[in-house]
Amino acid sequence: MKTENNIAIKVQGLAKRFGDVQAVAAVDFEVSSGELFGFLGPNGAGKTTTINMLTGLARPDAGTIHLGGIDCTRKPRGAQHLIGVVPDESNLYPELSGYDNLCFCAALYGLSKAERQARAKELLEVFDLTKAAKRKFGGYSKGMKRRLTIAAGIIHRPKILFLDEPTTGIDVASARQLRQLIKELHKNGTTIFLTTHYIDEAERLCDRVAFIMDGRIVKVDNVTNLVEPIRAQHVLQISCADTAKNLTEELAKEFPGLTFTSPQPGLIRVESDAAIYIGALIRSLENHRIDVTEARKVKPSLEDVFVQITGINADIMRKEREKSGVKA
Amino acid sequence: MKRWIAFWNILVKDFRTYYLKPPNISWGLIFPLAWTGMFFIRSGRGLESLSSILPGVIALSILFGTTSLLAVTVTFEKKNRSFERLLLAPIPLELLMLAKTSGAILFGVVNAFVPIIMAAFLVDLSQVNWLLFIPAVVLISIASTFLGLFIAVAVSEVFEAQTFSNFFRFPMIFLCGLFFPLSALPFFLKPLAYVLPLTYGADLLHGAIHGGNIMAFPLDLIILALFCIGLFMASLRNIKRRWIV
Repeated sequence: MKTENNIAIKVQGLAKRFGDVQAVAAVDFEVSSGELFGFLGPNGAGKTTTINMLTGLARPDAGTIHLGGIDCTRKPRGAQHLIGVVPDESNLYPELSGYDNLCFCAALYGLSKAERQARAKELLEVFDLTKAAKRKFGGYSKGMKRRLTIAAGIIHRPKILFLDEPTTGIDVASARQLRQLIKELHKNGTTIFLTTHYIDEAERLCDRVAFIMDGRIVKVDNVTNLVEPIRAQHVLQISCADTAKNLTEELAKEFPGLTFTSPQPGLIRVESDAAIYIGALIRSLENHRIDVTEARKVKPSLEDVFVQITGINADIMRKEREKSGVKA
Repeated sequence: MKRWIAFWNILVKDFRTYYLKPPNISWGLIFPLAWTGMFFIRSGRGLESLSSILPGVIALSILFGTTSLLAVTVTFEKKNRSFERLLLAPIPLELLMLAKTSGAILFGVVNAFVPIIMAAFLVDLSQVNWLLFIPAVVLISIASTFLGLFIAVAVSEVFEAQTFSNFFRFPMIFLCGLFFPLSALPFFLKPLAYVLPLTYGADLLHGAIHGGNIMAFPLDLIILALFCIGLFMASLRNIKRRWIV
């Protein structure tokens, strides 16, 4: 049961407008202490604007924000000591070494020299950056930059951590390592507010998620509850060598009990409430002179829920985000 | 105490990252040297004229040294988003901006002593009123730094900061009584001279170095202090309005 004492983030009627664009409109949500809360939405949905308002980098036009019980609407910088922020782009100092960056960030929170040196060494070890400690941050790889930026965000052991797109633009191995670190922070009791466009990442990491579209929250729930209604659904994904032909309409006529979509060229997605028999489908595609390279049954996921609720193709959203040039 | 740890570390970081770099050190040394040489040769009046051009050279060294640095320490950090890290720290905005400007103020004070040290080898400086000279140099450094801050937060690009700075700096060379007495200005330019902070700083320096002030020292000091407060408050207001939107 939630009580005022164990609510880390409480937002009511939050709104922000930039000129003619309503970036965030009447957003309400609560995040419990120690919870890992995912904030999902396409580009321009209002995720970063919400984080900026929560962290004091932007002023809300309306609504209230409480962080750790502190009314940040009245005291916009009153909860700065409680929060850590990892922005979507690494914003450490390229001229300073990794170690000096961490020591400097610790000093901003008033840690003594001995404390900040010990903490910097500890985090460099945790984030596997000890060997690069003396190298300038500007010469780090994207993955290393992301890791050090997260280390800088938690240098003062914040109670609430805001992670804005932490794994965007980095290689698979670094992303996996970062997810593991996020899990460990969560296990240690840090409240985490995570925005990501990787829905599978949110599904794996988050206790609860909110979907935001056009500045409005369209759904908030825990991952299990969100996926439950479609859990019984059968989904088949067919990959084809020929990416030009789109046969979804013809297939729908041929197999009236099944729903066909094409999330991207060369991929056919088949959904049904009953079991799907692969043989007949493959034969039909071959009759249409389509070269099938792979057919596999997939478990319905949070991504399917996201697509159902928002109508946005998650793959396209991911690609748009990556194309928009988010730097590590 | 925690706030002062942050303050000190911001100052030290800026010194290490920006101020102690060769371009800034050379700018701080070569610029005053060039100005002194240029005006000394141009005056053609021999060494005795040095004390009359010294206030102008000192004031310009401070003005150019401080205003140029703020474009880097503030505008550049805002542009590459590292300034956000400072805004997220649990320190009041006033203290944060004082930390960001203290380095430039110190740099300005050091710059002021470059022409003085050079002049010490050439002319007798025993008549200089140091008790007035030092507060004058400190106040001119603060006013110039806060003018630089005001410009730095009003723009988004480093080159805009430099361009906008020149819009203020170059007229000041001719309008503030640094090298030409205010009485020699055309009547329509005189009011403009009195709304520029350097006019009061230059008057203090003229008074301290060769007794050539035209206004009372307390008046110069008070007006210069008011300029410092006004420019700092205006800069804070701009940061709140433009950067925390």
